[in-house]
Amino acid sequence: MSIEIRNISKKFGEKEVLKGISYTFEKGKVSMIIGASGSGKSVTLKCLVGLLKPDSGQILYDGIDFHQTNRQELKEIRQNIGMLFQGGALFDSMTVAENVAFPIKMFTKWSKAEIQKRVDFCLERVNLTHSPNAYPAEISGGMKKRVGIARAIALNPKYLFVDEPNSGLDPLTSSVIDKLIQELTIEFNMTTIVVSHDMNSVMNIGDSIMFVYQGRKEWEGTKHNILRPNNPHLEEFIFVSDLIKRE
Amino acid sequence: MMMAMPRTLERPSVYYRLTLIEVASMCIGSASIVVLIASFIGAVTTVQTAYQLVSPFIPKYTIGNIVSASSLLELAPTVIAFILAGRIGSSIASQIGTMRVTEQIDALEVMGINPVGYLVIPKLLGGIISFPILVTFSAFLLHLGGAIAGNMTGLLSYDEFAYGVQIWFDPHQVTVMYTKSFIFGFLITTISAYHGYYTNGGALEVGQSATKAVVYSCIAMVIADFIVAQVML
Repeated sequence: MSIEIRNISKKFGEKEVLKGISYTFEKGKVSMIIGASGSGKSVTLKCLVGLLKPDSGQILYDGIDFHQTNRQELKEIRQNIGMLFQGGALFDSMTVAENVAFPIKMFTKWSKAEIQKRVDFCLERVNLTHSPNAYPAEISGGMKKRVGIARAIALNPKYLFVDEPNSGLDPLTSSVIDKLIQELTIEFNMTTIVVSHDMNSVMNIGDSIMFVYQGRKEWEGTKHNILRPNNPHLEEFIFVSDLIKRE
Repeated sequence: MMMAMPRTLERPSVYYRLTLIEVASMCIGSASIVVLIASFIGAVTTVQTAYQLVSPFIPKYTIGNIVSASSLLELAPTVIAFILAGRIGSSIASQIGTMRVTEQIDALEVMGINPVGYLVIPKLLGGIISFPILVTFSAFLLHLGGAIAGNMTGLLSYDEFAYGVQIWFDPHQVTVMYTKSFIFGFLITTISAYHGYYTNGGALEVGQSATKAVVYSCIAMVIADFIVAQVML
């Protein structure tokens, strides 16, 4: 259950945002796409989940070309995707429990009791059993992220995409979210792809890392060798803060 | 439960339920404003029609007839639709626009749910179903408001008003009224949903989309109003 991108490029008008990126995201691992703001990492993620179509190149889900396949296969792939958006993207008109139940109601014929059981499981898994009836506007940013994760795993996806999981969160909550993403990846054996520019997150959970600079893949490796990158742009990105020291 | 996850197509019952919710929301949410506006417009139309009919050779019941014809042909479908464009149109555009800028529409798409089908179709059907209901309600209130105003001001009695309504009543006017209400319901919901769906940016742009939705709905309605009148009358 891996995802492979082959030489994908994307332009917006005259501006080339992605310039022939290739990478393989492996099953059971947290793969991270890192880079500065405007480097093209979010566009890469949007291409991966089908919100944008690359101008050229291929995105292969277990060998199936996501942008060339037939409608039925595309639908099946989509239903195996779980995604946590930067702001949570929870449905405002639904409670926490209803948000988690939403994909289950849409894609299964389960009874109310079965849906409730699954919702309880997902909320318990993200440690959010105490406020199932709260609306998104009534909960904190960290709770929204956890509800987003619970909704993303509701249908037991094979692929999990996470966009900036730590934006707007304090370091402690960020660490909780990172840990949760890592645990769920191993528990459900998912192919997880996280877009981030948070180095704490990278050092915590980055099993494999791709560094994107001005639309190009500049470096790939793991959290174990990122502190010796031998790439000036990545070095500039990592060591801008005094908190992370060169090895 | 984790091992086998039977996946099916999106359930049609969800869409049926969403459409019912939209119909209820549009009808109940707009009822109070329709009651207020329709009653007073009916009353004003009666008073102003009486003001213009000064000749003693024109029977008083003519006022009832003019108010009735005006209500069925224009006031109930068109004037009420303008008010509904403000209430329902801006609500649809801002609701969908907010969903767009907060990535809720992206979330639907990633889940494999067609956002247009899920968000727009129930609203479109809701508009097409609820507009005739609201227009029927407003037509009744226009007549009632007109009759009460005529009686209270001493211009004409309830009987004279009712006689005027009935004497030259043409059922074709009701057909025109419902045709307009279906068309206006369709125009308001689709134009508003379009502007909401293609909102780009943040809170400011959501407001701009709501404004555009109302303005373009009103322009489309007056053009459609003219075409329907030309074709059907």
